[in-house]
Amino acid sequence: MAAASAVPGLREGRTPLFGAYGIVKRFGAFTANDGIDLEIRAGEIHALLGENGAGKSTLMKILYGLLEPTEGVVTHQGDIVLLSNPEAARALGIGMVFQHFSLCENLTVADNIALVMPAALTGRALAERIARLGKDYGLHLDPARPVWSLSAGERQRIEIVRCLLQNPKLVILDEPTSVLTPGEAEALFSVLERLRDEGRALLYISHRLDEVRRLCTRATILRGGRVVGACNPATETARSLAAMMVGTQVSEVRPKAARTGRAERLVLDRLSLPAPGLHGTPLRDIAFSVAGGEILGIAGIAGNGQAELFDALSGESRAPTAEAVRLDGRAVGHLGINARRRLGAAFVPEERNGHAAVPSMSLSENALLSRHATAPLTGLGLLRLSAARALARRVIDAFDVRGAGPDPAAGTLSGGNLQKFVVGREILAEPGILVINQPTWGVDAAAAAHIRQAVLDLAGRGAALVVISQDLDELFEIADSITVLHAGALSPPVPAGATSRAALGLLMGGAGEPEAQLGEPPAAPAIRTVAPAH
Amino acid sequence: MSLDIVQMVLVTVLTAATPLILAAIGELVVERSGVLNLGVEGMMVLGAAAGFAVASQTGSTLLGALGGAGAGLLLAALFGVLTVGLAANQVASGLALTILGLGLSGLVGAGYVGMKRDPAPPLHLPGLSDLPGIGQLFFGHDAFVYATLLLVAGVWWFLWRTRAGLTLRAIGDDHTATHALGLKVRKVRFLAVLFGGACAGLAGAYLSLAYTPFWAPAMTAGRGWIALALVVFASWQPLRVAAGALLFGGATVLQLHAQAAGLGLPGQLLSAAPYLATILALVLLSLGRRRGGSLAPAALGRVFAPSR
Amino acid sequence: MRLDLLPRARRSPWLDLLAPALALLAAILIGGIAVAILGVAPEQAFLTYFVAPLSEVWSLQEVALKAAPLALIATGLAFCYRANLWNIGAEGQYVAGGLAGGWVAVAAHGSQGLTVWILPAMLLAGTLAGIAYAMIPALLRVRLGVSEILTSLMLVYVAQLLLDYMVRGPLRDPQGYNFPQSVSFDDAARLPLLMEGESLHAGVLISLLGVGLAALVLARTLFGFEVRTVGASPRAARFAGFSDARLTLSVFAISGGAAGLAGICEVAGRIGQLQPEISPGYGFTAIIVAFLGRLSPPGILVAALVIALTTIGGEGAQIDLKLPLDLTRAFQGLLLGLVLGADVLTRYHVRIVPGGARIRVTP
Repeated sequence: MAAASAVPGLREGRTPLFGAYGIVKRFGAFTANDGIDLEIRAGEIHALLGENGAGKSTLMKILYGLLEPTEGVVTHQGDIVLLSNPEAARALGIGMVFQHFSLCENLTVADNIALVMPAALTGRALAERIARLGKDYGLHLDPARPVWSLSAGERQRIEIVRCLLQNPKLVILDEPTSVLTPGEAEALFSVLERLRDEGRALLYISHRLDEVRRLCTRATILRGGRVVGACNPATETARSLAAMMVGTQVSEVRPKAARTGRAERLVLDRLSLPAPGLHGTPLRDIAFSVAGGEILGIAGIAGNGQAELFDALSGESRAPTAEAVRLDGRAVGHLGINARRRLGAAFVPEERNGHAAVPSMSLSENALLSRHATAPLTGLGLLRLSAARALARRVIDAFDVRGAGPDPAAGTLSGGNLQKFVVGREILAEPGILVINQPTWGVDAAAAAHIRQAVLDLAGRGAALVVISQDLDELFEIADSITVLHAGALSPPVPAGATSRAALGLLMGGAGEPEAQLGEPPAAPAIRTVAPAH
Repeated sequence: MSLDIVQMVLVTVLTAATPLILAAIGELVVERSGVLNLGVEGMMVLGAAAGFAVASQTGSTLLGALGGAGAGLLLAALFGVLTVGLAANQVASGLALTILGLGLSGLVGAGYVGMKRDPAPPLHLPGLSDLPGIGQLFFGHDAFVYATLLLVAGVWWFLWRTRAGLTLRAIGDDHTATHALGLKVRKVRFLAVLFGGACAGLAGAYLSLAYTPFWAPAMTAGRGWIALALVVFASWQPLRVAAGALLFGGATVLQLHAQAAGLGLPGQLLSAAPYLATILALVLLSLGRRRGGSLAPAALGRVFAPSR
Repeated sequence: MRLDLLPRARRSPWLDLLAPALALLAAILIGGIAVAILGVAPEQAFLTYFVAPLSEVWSLQEVALKAAPLALIATGLAFCYRANLWNIGAEGQYVAGGLAGGWVAVAAHGSQGLTVWILPAMLLAGTLAGIAYAMIPALLRVRLGVSEILTSLMLVYVAQLLLDYMVRGPLRDPQGYNFPQSVSFDDAARLPLLMEGESLHAGVLISLLGVGLAALVLARTLFGFEVRTVGASPRAARFAGFSDARLTLSVFAISGGAAGLAGICEVAGRIGQLQPEISPGYGFTAIIVAFLGRLSPPGILVAALVIALTTIGGEGAQIDLKLPLDLTRAFQGLLLGLVLGADVLTRYHVRIVPGGARIRVTP
């Protein structure tokens, strides 16, 4: 990170605090960043906008010293700097708040912070610094708590405190609100505005346009690894920003056929399940029913029991009583996932790689994965590989899945294409009941629209759907009624037209429950014994 | 039983436990960093052969001990290159290390089969060592035993009282997160693997230089594997490793006495006792733990391959 | 200097073949250096290890006889390892199989009249004993979450001591001058020879049959797909409705059964009686074979032949060149390590980044 000569041909008069010029990053044959220029000034919140796969994360990792650019330079106050590792970046005053938190679950808050502090700062002195900064910015933390017992909002506070304790000149925030309730996001915004007013620079990475319009005065827009525009988001509309991000107009989804009052197809009857493993969430008295033609949206912040609820619905974990889960009137709580599939249910888990699909296997083998029990893909225990290939082909054609070769490995597909494949694989089975967890998470806008349309069409043909999603906009677009999952419990479903983002946001923060108070950290899960540190 | 006999038994227990503690405390550090090295047996047996060879050539027990530790360290370095550097499967690489170590130890030790050396002398502290009843127990051991106890205390202090120890534990908990913070995951793990190898080699050298004291092929007889089980049994806590090894040493000594006393049990059953006891200990441990995840470092055995 | 590993999007079949071949070449080079240090000309040693065993009928048979149990055990282990389960106690399951099957032979010793049932009963007893012995670590893992690595290994020592006890005690030949061995089996309890007057016996065919069957099961059946899925991604396997516990028990049964069958084939084939030692470490060597063969049955067959070749060659080298047998073992351990290291080439693009600054300013 030694300073070298000044960059020739700096634009504008004022030297930016940090600059990145001609950044190219290639991974093998794939070019993630293709000649990106970016200038960040002190005292501004600079937005980095782009779809999934536009190259935002790669650029941010280069600025934090985690990746080395194939070409191009980073400057600090006009001097070229070599960011050989995050330590070097931190020494220059660059701090980072990660989207997928860089926290060790089994260590305490204080230990996680200590990891990047000077070795001399330990124990009580460190705890005092944490407390002082927390008081100053309203970021309260209990240094002795193990991270696994904390909510997503609290975990983000650790990240921010850890970053601020190093007194950074530039703070990079990667999708910071993706795991926050609307209330928590508001609190974050005021911290960010204060940091800006203190003269720090902030690089704000997001695809949420209303946030960006509210917070940022300059934006750089990426598409396909290149800079495609720069603007003042405050003076743009969400629509014009979206057009720059996506490049083409994304067609809006057609509403599904009017709902016909059919019988209840999926019923959950006071389902309770203990937490699976050390870091899981227990489910508490979950009850709802979904009729044919209806889409029930389940909102909530990640980690409030979404994965556990999905597993209970799919049969990957069994219910304590058979009656707790009913498909078309049949009690199935004791049945496994394939028995439920044979009764006409289908499931799309959140994680594409390693849950819905095996990355190292071909698409035809991945067709076998969820369809071997319901489609004629086996005979006498032998695989009918040609039938599996034909099924994969049908999904590829019907859902416009693009990949290399006739039967590519799932791991070689982009997120959007793989998601289209796993959704298509289930929808082509023409299920009577479909449960989808995060249908468009990390998917580009065109693929997301395609998937939402397919989901709506399936409901229009009379299927009952449960859509678990963190994305409120998505739920308002496709769901008939919406409920909120918080700390393993479900709020009463309300018609989508009769609620608002704000109302749901309160429920997402736990305001629906009498014992939890707003603004306080949610109650810790039951204390479990952890290994004492001697 | 007189006090002196009790003391004698306790002294043998400590002696039998020492190689297990040495090997297990090294492996504990390795596993705390998130790496599972199943090659303890191989590093240990090579340490025994190399230690004896060096000591025989130089006439110095100290150099022999260093030679044993060095041999274990070299073998561990190979493991480190494979698993930490090249992201190879840790279980399979550990097995390779065991087989390689057994073969190499046969080569190194070939010229020394049947030779005998004087065992490492006990440190004699005038006055203290002669105290009746406790003198031999506390002040009558060879340097290996004291070094081992110091090592346990040192590892405990390192893991729970130093920043480097915190870094090592953090890396063992989540290599992706710690890598994102810029901590040197691969470097720390490689160093931990080297430390574990040196400890295992030293444990082997203790066997051939102080415990038996001679070299015989495959003389470790599964102690390396028992050390691995001890780490699990001790829930990755250094002090519990020492306690578990003492229990285990006690069982070994008991078995030897039973065999000598001729209780009418087949000798093979008594010889199988340590292995059956290990299985039993692991079973009891998991029965006691009931629900909830294991206490193992979260990243243990998982492959880490960063790119820049 | 730094080593960068970039995951490959897809595996190349060429590299899958090339990587183990490169590892073998590297191991031979390193072995040559070691041999030179021990004072033997490397080219001489190479001829003794790799060429001499192929030059005579008897030694070719020896290679096949050594490769047969290795291939059978390794094929069984491949099911376990593919599913990320670590049965490293095949040696114990082999001994259990040889002991149980041999027990049948001893019990049937001297029986008159109908004797055709004896050999099938021995093979069955050996296989079942291997399965039963493998069930101990499998059940402990499934029911109690005990690491199968440590329990399966510990049980090797127990099985060896049990065999030792049996041949010195209950199964000892009363007319055997107190030697620790059983009676010599009747002809009806021996695997038939494939050629009169030679050593090759039917155990080789059993191995070939086992490897072929395994290849079919892994590639073309739903069960094989299940094994591959669990290994590649346990969470996806649960999504497919495959039961973890059932699969664990199945693959342990397969590997234990294969090892037990190999054990009784060796006892009923070459040895012809029970002794304290019925295995030169086949169960451990098979681990090397399994990985050298990339956990695929055809690859394992080739790997078993290569390893058997070096073992027979090693015996020749001990006699002709006075090279210790431990050299062979060290060579095999090194080979496994190199194979695992070479595996990195098939999974990643390896890039060596030289140290120091690397700034390229683009105007």
